[in-house]
Amino acid sequence: MSERIYGQARVDGITVILYLILVICGFLSIYSSSHGSESFSFNLSTQYGKQIIWITASIVLGTVLFLIDVRFFEVFSYGIFGFWMILLFLVIFLGREVNGARSWFAIGSFRLQPAEFAKFGVALALSRYVSDIDTDMKSRRYQIITALIIILPIALIVLQGDAGSGLVFLSFIMVLYREGLSGSILIIGLVSIAVSVLTIAFGFIPIAAGLVVLGGIISAFVYTNIKVFRWLWIILAGCILFSKGVDFAFVNVLQEHQQKRIQVMLGIIEDPQGLGYNVNQSKIAIGSGGFWGKGYLQGTQTKGDFVPEQHTDFIFTSVGEEFGWIGSTTVIVLFVLLFFRISFLAERQRSKFSRVYAYCVLSILFFHFLINIAMTINLAPVIGIPLPFFSYGGSSLISFTVLLFLLLRLDANRENELDSLSY
Amino acid sequence: MTNNQNRSAVIRLIIVLFAFVLIVKLFYLQVISDTYAKKAASLSIRTVTEFPDRGLITDRNGEIIVFNEDAHDLVVHFPFRRDEFDIESFCELVRMPADQVEERLQSAYESRYNGKGLFYKNLASSDFARVQEGLFQFPQFYIESRSDRKYKHNVAAHTLGYVAEISRYELDRDHEGYYDIGEYIGKSGLEKDYEKHLRGTKGKQFYLKDNAGRLKERYNDGLDDTKSVVGEELNISLDVLIQEYGEKLMQGKTGSIVAIEPSTGEILAMVTSPGYTPDMFAIKNLGNNYARLVSDKSKPLLNRATSSMYPPGSTFKVAMALIGLQEGVISPATTFSCNAGFHLGSLTVRCHGHAPRPNVKYSIQTSCNAFYCNLYREILHQDRFANIDEGYTNWRSYLKRMGFGDRLGADLSSENRGNIPTSDYFHKVYGTNKWKYSQTISMSIGQGEVLLTPLQMANMAAMVANRGYYITPHFIRGDSIPEQFTKKNETGIERRHFETVIDGMRAVMTAGTGFYVQIPDIDICGKTGTAQNPHGENHSIFVAFAPKDNPKIAIATVVENAGYGATWAAPICTLMIEKYMNRDSVSLRPLVEQRMFNPVSPNPVASHE
Repeated sequence: MSERIYGQARVDGITVILYLILVICGFLSIYSSSHGSESFSFNLSTQYGKQIIWITASIVLGTVLFLIDVRFFEVFSYGIFGFWMILLFLVIFLGREVNGARSWFAIGSFRLQPAEFAKFGVALALSRYVSDIDTDMKSRRYQIITALIIILPIALIVLQGDAGSGLVFLSFIMVLYREGLSGSILIIGLVSIAVSVLTIAFGFIPIAAGLVVLGGIISAFVYTNIKVFRWLWIILAGCILFSKGVDFAFVNVLQEHQQKRIQVMLGIIEDPQGLGYNVNQSKIAIGSGGFWGKGYLQGTQTKGDFVPEQHTDFIFTSVGEEFGWIGSTTVIVLFVLLFFRISFLAERQRSKFSRVYAYCVLSILFFHFLINIAMTINLAPVIGIPLPFFSYGGSSLISFTVLLFLLLRLDANRENELDSLSY
Repeated sequence: MTNNQNRSAVIRLIIVLFAFVLIVKLFYLQVISDTYAKKAASLSIRTVTEFPDRGLITDRNGEIIVFNEDAHDLVVHFPFRRDEFDIESFCELVRMPADQVEERLQSAYESRYNGKGLFYKNLASSDFARVQEGLFQFPQFYIESRSDRKYKHNVAAHTLGYVAEISRYELDRDHEGYYDIGEYIGKSGLEKDYEKHLRGTKGKQFYLKDNAGRLKERYNDGLDDTKSVVGEELNISLDVLIQEYGEKLMQGKTGSIVAIEPSTGEILAMVTSPGYTPDMFAIKNLGNNYARLVSDKSKPLLNRATSSMYPPGSTFKVAMALIGLQEGVISPATTFSCNAGFHLGSLTVRCHGHAPRPNVKYSIQTSCNAFYCNLYREILHQDRFANIDEGYTNWRSYLKRMGFGDRLGADLSSENRGNIPTSDYFHKVYGTNKWKYSQTISMSIGQGEVLLTPLQMANMAAMVANRGYYITPHFIRGDSIPEQFTKKNETGIERRHFETVIDGMRAVMTAGTGFYVQIPDIDICGKTGTAQNPHGENHSIFVAFAPKDNPKIAIATVVENAGYGATWAAPICTLMIEKYMNRDSVSLRPLVEQRMFNPVSPNPVASHE
């Protein structure tokens, strides 16, 4: 062991290969959805032309990371976090409004979305804080600061009017779970989501009544055990209170278009021409792909520009239409392989910072992957977040690349880390 | 560590579970459900239909009767992109005020089918060129061209029928799914009966379109496209020359003419009056004329030649004589006495002045009523019959074999049955087993319950001309016509009996009721009839065929409320025969012709029934 501790580890080739495959598939999909009917020409003013620039820039930046001292990011993690928080704050006032959200800086033709890069800053800050040797995980102070690191960017992004991008940070719960957060919190989270959805779908009264009936039925079996009986009703009472709260928040806090969006997603209202238009077209494009797909560049819905925002948030529709179920499943499997690899990399880190950071990367990528694909097939509400490595756009591609390549940088250096930093 | 390893496993499990949910949902959307594929096709593929020219209709001499001219519809595609629609320049292009454009857009939207709505039907040819030229600015509009019917000879409307937009009812019954809403189909007459023959096959071209309905390119490189196939020519048996002539003769009269070529059963002319001209029902005129003609009290849409039923009057005596001879109850030499009529107790059937004891030939020549009253009794009361029912049923079966009381089965769907009652009918009317031949004796002279259509009367003439059989009358010609139009329908009456009857019919022309309308060159055999009409003036009827040997034409004419058969129907028949036989040669009797053309100044021809 000892002679390898200070040895030089190599860049993880499997991750790089998976990354390249996904980026190339993404480029091909963007080409398909934006090439028009003219034959291929290398034209940098087109969307696929620009994407080539972004891909090149991403790879260059990813490589540059390897030239920077590996300690830099850990040392300056709070500084990087602070920098992006300031930008997130400024964009509220200085940003250009696009689709009702003020989340873009525009300088000439160059546009930058700080929310994309903020993920990187938050991931670093969270890793640094959680892995800090002084941090006492059991203390209330630790828990509050951890929560603040996550909630601050969410608040700023929600203020920009881009609630969808803000939700991404909730995925860090996965990191916290890995680092010891009680599993019951996850269960509470899942029960909360279930109660929320049911309340919005059916209203407070039926849910409350249903919970009482459920409690009555269970009581019939457990009334002999006074302790279980008591807890049962405490939990049910909590659920009913929570349901009332959700009902109140849904009606009084959310704006009408947000309510509608959620209702459309839950299938409570049909709206194929309005809010549901994108999803409807997206489902038609994907659904018409069949088992084998219509063939590359043969998608009728893709060619006819039927799916709005196809090259960005709805890029998966191009895969679904032209490569069918086989292609969609292949892409999903590729992502899952990447996630497994990241999880594997995470677990082999000696430094806690590296491990926490790896899980941050995993949770961000997984959340984007899950919500993006789910929204194209109407399993999640349409929140405008991109599919990592696929969707058109410099900000998101560069940010995801930097996020992943820093992990590779840390991983390549893992043997130089002190064992004692991890447990 | 174990705890943390477990947690990393839980995370992986969650990832796999969520991925699995996505894959399953995708499998449902893409593989199991086909609704999305259908929706995608309807959104992104535009089918441009290429309508073939409908088949021409030609007459027996190859003369074109019906051909086509192009008609153009302006069609709009939905969903309509209003933001890309420059209504001002569109109004300028179609020369229509904006509110009218809006109105038409709305109604096109309401009646749209597969994203296609009819904006303007039948552009005038002057508008068509201009609109087509400017239409490139409005990619959501396009022109669909069809052919409309045009008539070189504007005749035989009822026979030809017309073409119009397919109805909801017809669409529902289109089990092969050939038609789309808004398409055209033969509605009546031969256009309907030979729809499949005439329509050809539509071609289809598939184009990709984008979300604004703009055509982008051929779908699947045009591999799924089909070419249209022009409809086949329909050669029909009409002779336009006499059809036109017949319609002219029947102007101002109510009734019909049917002429048949006896040897083939081909219908040479079918005239019904009052009528209309086929171009009134061309697609571009239909809207203006249909409602008016439907509500016209003179019923111009009714095809009297096949649908109206008349008592055949004395023309029926031909059938009676043939049955009597075949049954052996009379011979050519048999005579019955006629004392200015038939007398039985209080019953009297009056007769005209002629020599007192007519035989068969003379009875036809002079149209003796008494002869046929007696003959009717003889036919029904033969020794071999146990009762009158048997005798009557035997008599009736001859008539049925002559094509009476049933649809003949011509290739025209408006045929009526006529009427030859069953003996059961008389049981009902007169009480069971209480009826006698004398109660129904008026049938023996073609009155009473007997009703024939003009087509059946002409068919009877053809049957006599053929000496015993007829071929189902029809319009279709060619080598591959159905067997039902080539088969001989035997009447069961021997050939020898016909000569007697035909001699009588010849004598009608040379020395009888048709004397004044005979034509010297042509041996016409005919029989007049005057059908008593309880509602008004008698119907004038005439059946004939010519020439006597090797007949070329059999004909029947009915002129309603026109008096004696010899007055109107007979001259019309003989003029038709002459026209058919002698073609272009001028009528021998321009005076008669003139009188027929101009019915307001009748110059009655002295005649006997």
